[in-house]
Amino acid sequence: MENMNTMELRDIVIRFSGDSGDGMQLTGTLFSNTSALEGNGISTFPDYPAEIRAPQGTVAGVSGFQVHIGAGKVTNPGDYCDALVAMNPAALKANRKWLKPDATVIIDGDTITEENLKKAGFATLDPIAELNLDGYNVVIPDITSMTKAALADTGLDNKSMLKCKNMFALGICFYIFNQPEDYAKRYIDSKFAKKNPAVAEANKTAIDAGYNYAANTHQFANTYRVASAPLEKGTYRSINGNVATAWGLIAASEKSGLPLFCGSYPITPATVILEELAKHKNLGVKTVQAEDEIAGICTSIGAAYAGNFAVTTTSGPGLSLKSEAMGLAVMAELPLVIVDVQRGGPSTGLPTKTEQSDLMQALYGRNGECPVVVIAASSPSDCFHYAFMASKIAMEHMTPVILLTDGFIANGSEPWRIPSMAEYPQICPPIVEQCEGDFMPYARNENFARGWAFPGKEGLQHRIGGLEKDHLKGSISYDPANHQEMTKTRAAKVAKVADVIPTPEVLGETDADLLVRGWGGTKGHLEAVVRDLQEEGKSIAHLHFNYINPLPHGVEDLLKGHKRILVCELNEGQFASYLRQSFQQITFEQYNKTEGQPFTLVELKDKFNSLL
Amino acid sequence: MAEYKYTPADFKSDQLVKWCPGCGDHAILNAVQRAMPEVADALDIPHHKFTFVSGIGCSSRFIYYMKTFGFHTIHGRANAVATGIKVANPDLSVWVCSGDGDSLAIGGNHFIHAIRRNIDLNMILFNNEIYGLTKGQYSPTTKLGKITKTSPYGTVEKPFNPGELVIGAKGTFFARTIDAEVMLTKDCLVAAAKHKGMAVVEALVNCVIFNDKTHASFAGDKATRAENTITLRHGEKMLFGKDNQKGLVFEDMRLKVVTIGEDGYTTDDILTHDAHTEDTTMHAMLAAMKWPEYPVAVGIIRDVADSNIYDVKVEEQVAQVKANAKIHSMDELLHSGETWEIK
Repeated sequence: MENMNTMELRDIVIRFSGDSGDGMQLTGTLFSNTSALEGNGISTFPDYPAEIRAPQGTVAGVSGFQVHIGAGKVTNPGDYCDALVAMNPAALKANRKWLKPDATVIIDGDTITEENLKKAGFATLDPIAELNLDGYNVVIPDITSMTKAALADTGLDNKSMLKCKNMFALGICFYIFNQPEDYAKRYIDSKFAKKNPAVAEANKTAIDAGYNYAANTHQFANTYRVASAPLEKGTYRSINGNVATAWGLIAASEKSGLPLFCGSYPITPATVILEELAKHKNLGVKTVQAEDEIAGICTSIGAAYAGNFAVTTTSGPGLSLKSEAMGLAVMAELPLVIVDVQRGGPSTGLPTKTEQSDLMQALYGRNGECPVVVIAASSPSDCFHYAFMASKIAMEHMTPVILLTDGFIANGSEPWRIPSMAEYPQICPPIVEQCEGDFMPYARNENFARGWAFPGKEGLQHRIGGLEKDHLKGSISYDPANHQEMTKTRAAKVAKVADVIPTPEVLGETDADLLVRGWGGTKGHLEAVVRDLQEEGKSIAHLHFNYINPLPHGVEDLLKGHKRILVCELNEGQFASYLRQSFQQITFEQYNKTEGQPFTLVELKDKFNSLL
Repeated sequence: MAEYKYTPADFKSDQLVKWCPGCGDHAILNAVQRAMPEVADALDIPHHKFTFVSGIGCSSRFIYYMKTFGFHTIHGRANAVATGIKVANPDLSVWVCSGDGDSLAIGGNHFIHAIRRNIDLNMILFNNEIYGLTKGQYSPTTKLGKITKTSPYGTVEKPFNPGELVIGAKGTFFARTIDAEVMLTKDCLVAAAKHKGMAVVEALVNCVIFNDKTHASFAGDKATRAENTITLRHGEKMLFGKDNQKGLVFEDMRLKVVTIGEDGYTTDDILTHDAHTEDTTMHAMLAAMKWPEYPVAVGIIRDVADSNIYDVKVEEQVAQVKANAKIHSMDELLHSGETWEIK
């Protein structure tokens, strides 16, 4: 049924929210995938508690999934939403602050009971008034009872029927946002039809029931449509940051011809990378789930020594535990990728929330003069590219590389134009096959990289380790001049990586009134707001960093022409401090946030406007 | 059997050995350099496949004195690094050199988990019951009450017995040797190399500077060793003493030392050593024997065939998954699952 009052929008943000067990992640994923198939740009972000099943009906137990749909590429999952689907009062309460002023709110009327209101911490029996929602387009369908009614003839038990109410809500959304149901139905068939055809039918029926309810009721005065705008041609898939990271590492293994080894220990929010890698033994991947974080990196260092392409994956607390071993990898000059999916810290901090506060630890958190390459990915899909580049640099320059992602891009997903591996370069590590005379493990090539001689190769027997090395033989050396030379050489080797990394491009004028600088996972938000303000005619530009150490060549020239420079990051100013140290004559202002949440577009816009 | 005909000299590096004169580690190095040619021939391992890995401490300097591939890692982590090496390239003969501080204190976790996984490493655990390189602090194997620099009034903590740890973690191979017994050490090392799975050889070594004579009560000289240690050999009676006049019997649920010809005991009453039995009970009792109540057990206490070898299983699984896989390249992976076209 086509609604006559359909409004065309440039973009729309929808938040699905309910109990941890309500199936909100699936609901959101089906909705966003449908939109992607319709040719929209999408960006999604799950927001769930650290507890697996926090007490039902409480605000602590609310699990959410946000979808941002737009015409053309969408760079972020949005913050304030145009529509909220709340499966209970707790979900409504938890998300009240994220509503746009004229948002549509759908809440399951069956759940507004005294008991549920109490659990959710409402003081009165009128949640709408209590949350001051009078000016909003609030719709209160009895989702639970309508779902049960629709499924009355299916023969399913009560519990199984209730599990379909998320699909009823999905049906409502399909109607309101003019999306077809067929993708979701196909998905349900592929998941359930074989194992449990009755459940599959019930879920599909619930979608129809929700759709028909929304079409027949007069409570939805308008429906909305997001125009599909031309995205770059190609084959697309949806991907989240952790899977993209894992795949980038596997791609690097293929391009180097070396088997991938991952020694790792489960830690939120990085675990999915290990899980994903463990699946791909078909591509020669070996994973060792180690006894602790230290063993994770140490098994990887062993594998690197033995000639595998070795990686280890972790989050902040694990990075702390790995720091001594990173020093060993620096000293032994072995290739190693350390992925740090940042979360709120310090200590255990906020395991499921995002932050960018491991930057200083990545740059400096080891004993001694201990430089490593530091790279940051900036969107779910570009985790693939930067994981690949981190691997390439590690292997070709014989150095540990830390790849920083964060909980936000690791769990967020977006459509990704699938690259062809032919677009990616070969990786050519300085592997030594043989040598004449005694092998000199610390002899170097033009990149200052030493030769990589795997055990098992005849005539290349040599000893390395964590004690300072003679600059050629690799034997223990306590010679003062040798230590000085080796210290400088290790630094020069990392600095030399600047020759092979691209200089970032300024989005906007080179002499703007305000240059917004960021790094890593804030890119989507910063870029969206800067573009918005540029369209309004403001003199604002954006410069984003993926290569942190070394900084790319030519950065200073990109900074010079602007009146003010604002460094935005989800920490208390770590990148700003790093920049001040590198460019002492330039003034950097800061905009920081440590709430465990991404920047909101609204707060960024307000901040930038205040400086323009 | 291959015939590489290496000599001990083929395994000696050009580095000056810097252990203290009289240190037990010299004798172990000697035994290892003698064992390697035998291991190479017995197991067809060419020289360039020997890889030595160590942690931190006096004994961990070992790898610099071997003319093989070597990796001197960080404190406590030798077993973890060696695990990575072996999984990455199971074709290598990987040897771990570590001490009582390195593997039973800071590296205790990696030690028990390497044993639990039964990865095919050969480990020499140098036990001198002291931290030597940091100059004389007590270790997890130091005897209760011992006065050291960090226990000026004597330790108040009980020591580990490494053999009990290995057997408790269901280790498949445990042997014990004494620094002065070079041929016994060599035999234990060759047996460890032949064993498929994690093999731990505890070497009781003397620290002449900081813990001199700690093992001397039973290991001090040849005559003492004859009376106060028992060398276990699979299939042989558990006899010891200068003239093999003493032996072990099992009575009242425990081991007991008896003298042949006294109290009616004959050689027939003496236990026969079965190193190959999977049951850990007897091995644990043998490993736990302490002088003076018992002779200290040396030789191969436990050597059990167990097909669940970590590195082998990893290889098998990779091969099996590859054989059944539909996806063989990154491009195929990228296009797997749900995709859509934008035209």
